[in-house]
Amino acid sequence: MTFKRRHLLGLEDVTADEIMTVLETTTVFKEVLERPIKKVAPLRGLTVANIFFEPSTRTRVSFELAEKRLSADTMSFAAATSSVKKGETLKDTVRNLEAMKIDMVVIRHQSSGVPYFLTRFCSSSVINAGDGQHEHPTQGLLDIYSIWEKYGSLDGLRVVLMGDAKHSRVIRSNVWGLTKLGASVAVCGPPTLLPVGLENTGVEVYTDIDKALDGADVVNVMRIQLERQEAGLLPSLREYTSLFGITKERLKRLNKNYTIMHPGPINRGIELADEIADSSHSVILEQVTNGVAVRMAVLFLLAGGDRSQTDEG
Amino acid sequence: MKVKLIKNGQIVFPDRDEPVEGDIYIEDDRIERIELKGEGKAGKKAGKAGGSGRESAKDEVIDASGLLVFPGFIDVHVHLREPGREDCETIASGTEAAAAGGFTAVACMPNTTPPIDNQESVMFVKQRAHGCKARVYPIGAISKGRKGKELAEIGEMVRTGAVAITDDGSPVNDAGMMRRAMEYAGMFGIPVISHAEDISLSGRGVMNEGYESTRLGMPGIPPFSEEICISRDITLCKYIGTPLHIAHVSTEGSVDLIRRAKAQGVNVTAEATPHHFTLTDVEIGKEFNTNLKMNPPLRTQRDVDAVIEGLADGTIDIIASDHAPHAPEEKEVEFDQAPNGIIGLETMVSLAGTFLVKTGKLSWNDLARKLSANPSRIMRLPGGDLLAGGVADITILNPKSTWTVRVDKFRSISRNSPYDGWKLNGRVKYTIVGGEVTFAD
Repeated sequence: MTFKRRHLLGLEDVTADEIMTVLETTTVFKEVLERPIKKVAPLRGLTVANIFFEPSTRTRVSFELAEKRLSADTMSFAAATSSVKKGETLKDTVRNLEAMKIDMVVIRHQSSGVPYFLTRFCSSSVINAGDGQHEHPTQGLLDIYSIWEKYGSLDGLRVVLMGDAKHSRVIRSNVWGLTKLGASVAVCGPPTLLPVGLENTGVEVYTDIDKALDGADVVNVMRIQLERQEAGLLPSLREYTSLFGITKERLKRLNKNYTIMHPGPINRGIELADEIADSSHSVILEQVTNGVAVRMAVLFLLAGGDRSQTDEG
Repeated sequence: MKVKLIKNGQIVFPDRDEPVEGDIYIEDDRIERIELKGEGKAGKKAGKAGGSGRESAKDEVIDASGLLVFPGFIDVHVHLREPGREDCETIASGTEAAAAGGFTAVACMPNTTPPIDNQESVMFVKQRAHGCKARVYPIGAISKGRKGKELAEIGEMVRTGAVAITDDGSPVNDAGMMRRAMEYAGMFGIPVISHAEDISLSGRGVMNEGYESTRLGMPGIPPFSEEICISRDITLCKYIGTPLHIAHVSTEGSVDLIRRAKAQGVNVTAEATPHHFTLTDVEIGKEFNTNLKMNPPLRTQRDVDAVIEGLADGTIDIIASDHAPHAPEEKEVEFDQAPNGIIGLETMVSLAGTFLVKTGKLSWNDLARKLSANPSRIMRLPGGDLLAGGVADITILNPKSTWTVRVDKFRSISRNSPYDGWKLNGRVKYTIVGGEVTFAD
C-alpha cells in the first residue's frame, strides 16, 4: 500500500500509486456503506475539525458523514466571511481551534493555497476540501473513483471536462488525477473561461464542443456561474447553453457506453439538459454516494491506515 | 567616526571599465583629492592639487586593501512608511537599513498615510530625516491623495525638496491625467515616475498570469497590463518631453518597449528590482509564501533573462529595491489577502553581486553606474561619482566575502524578505555619508 503522506492538499503532488491506493480503499468503505450498520472504528478517539470559510452543503455533509462512519469525533466551524475582516487572522482562528486538541483539519477556503499555508503552523493532518480556484482533491478523487468503478481502468479513456476551467478547482483536480492514471483529457469552454497555459497541463483544449465530444467516453460537466456573465466573461447564460450546453443531440458524438457526470449543484437546462441528468448514463447521484466512501478512505489513510480496524461493525 | 583617508582601495569609477587602486582623502564632508596608483595625484578633476599631506589619526584611516570603493549607492525606490505605518518602518529605521545595505541616499515614495502630496508632508519627511543614517529625498505624489483626479501642488513640493513625482503603488489610470502631470512637471525638469499597470487588465490579479497562475488557481496579472501602460507613457513622453522614469520593469515586452523608445531618442529611463532578476513565479507554488507577492509580480524565467539583458545593454539604467516593509501579521495570511511588496535595502547590493556580477552579466563598474551614477543623474541628486570637491558619500564592499541572509538580523523593523537563508556574495564593509561612517561591518 502506497500512502505515507500526512496531508491531502491537492492531486497535483500525489502519485498514480497513491491515487490507486485511495480507489482500492474506497471500495472497501463503499461496502461498509451497504451494511445495515454503516459504522467502523478506525478513527475512534480522533477528533476532526471541519473548518468551512465558504458556504458548502454537500462537501461539508459528506465529510461529516465520512468522519462519523469512521467513529471520529467531529466538530464543524463555519465562518461566513474571511476572518481577516473581523480582526482575527486565519492563522489565529485555526490555532485557536487546534488548541482544543484536534487531530485532523478539513478546510474549505475561498483563497487558493490556504491548506498549504495551514501546514506551516498546524500540527494536525490537513485535508483540502476546496481552496479558491486551486484544487478540490476529494472531489477529483470521487470523480475518478466513479469512472474507475464503471470502466475498471482509466487507461486510454477519453474524458471531457466541460465548462469554466479558469475558475474551477474541480477541473484542476480532475486534470491532475485523470492524466496521472492514463486518461486522455480534453477541456472545453469559451476562451474567456480558459486559463492561460492550460494545454501545458497535458490536456487538449477545445472551444468547439462537437470536436471535444467526438469519441469521448466520459463527460464531466461543471456548473456555470451567473457571476461570469456579470463579470463580462460571457455575453449570456443563454448563449453559453447554445454553444456549450450538453444536449441530447450532442450526445450522439460520444462512444456508446458513455457516462455523464456533474459535481453539482446542477443548473438544469443551462450546462446540462434536464433529461440527461436523470438518464441511465448519468452517475451524478452515484458520485454523491462515492463521495462519502472516498472521504472515508482519505481520512483513514491519512490517519495511518490500519486496515484490521475496518472489520469492526 | 569621521574618515580622513581610504587607502589602497580598488576604486570603482562609473566612467571607467575596471577598478583602479588608489587613496581617497576626505576633508570634512567632501572628497579632498584622489591619488591613483600609477597615475599620480588627483586621478581626475582634482580640485586642490597637492593636498595638506598631514598625518591622519589612525581611526580616521580605512585600509581598503582588496576592497571595492564605490561612489555611495543611491536607492531611488523605497517605502519608508512614515507617516502612517511606523510599526513597519520609520525614516530612522529605514535609513539604518539603507546604511547597512550600502546606501548613502534613498528616495522615498509618497504612498504614506497621509500621502506625501503637499509641501508640508515633504517638509515633514525632510525634518524626520535630519540626523538619520542616509540622505533622504522625498518623491511627491502626482495627484492629490494619489487619487488620480487632480494634480498635487507639484511646484510647492519641488520647491520644498521633492525630487520627482509618482503615484507609485497605483498607476495613473487616466491617460489625460498622466499627460497633464508630465506637462506640468516639465517646467521643473523633474522626472515623472510611472508605476505602469493597466488596472482593467490586472484587475484582482495576485501573481503573474501564466501557467503558474493557472496551476495554482490564482487570478493573474498579465504582462501586457504593464506593457500597455508603458507604451502609453512612452508615447506621451515622446510628445511632451518631460523625463519619464519607468519604475520596477518586470517583463520581456517592457524591456523591449523601453529599448526601442531609447533608440528613438525618447527621454525615458528605467529601473529594475533585484526580485525581478532573481526570482520567478515558479517559486510561489512551493509554499504560497506571501513574501513572493509583490506588484508587479514575479514573472517567468524569460522575463528574468530579459531584465538582466536590459541591465547589461543599458536599457535599464538603475537597480532599485522597491523596499516595501509590511508587518508580519499582514503578511502571514492567505496569499490573496496579503499586501504587495518585500523589503530589499539590506540584500540588494549582494543580490546584484551574486546574480549579475558573479555570473559575468555586469561588471563592478556597471554596478557603480546602476547604483550610483545613474540614480544621481536621473533624479538629479548629489553624489553618484567620486570627485575631488564632491560629497564624500562612499560605499566600500568586500567582493570576496560570502554571507547568509538572516532576516532577524535586519536593521529594518520589518522582516518580509524572501531571501532568508540565501547565501550571497559581496558584502558591504563600510557606508560613509559626508565623510561620516554610517555603517561598518
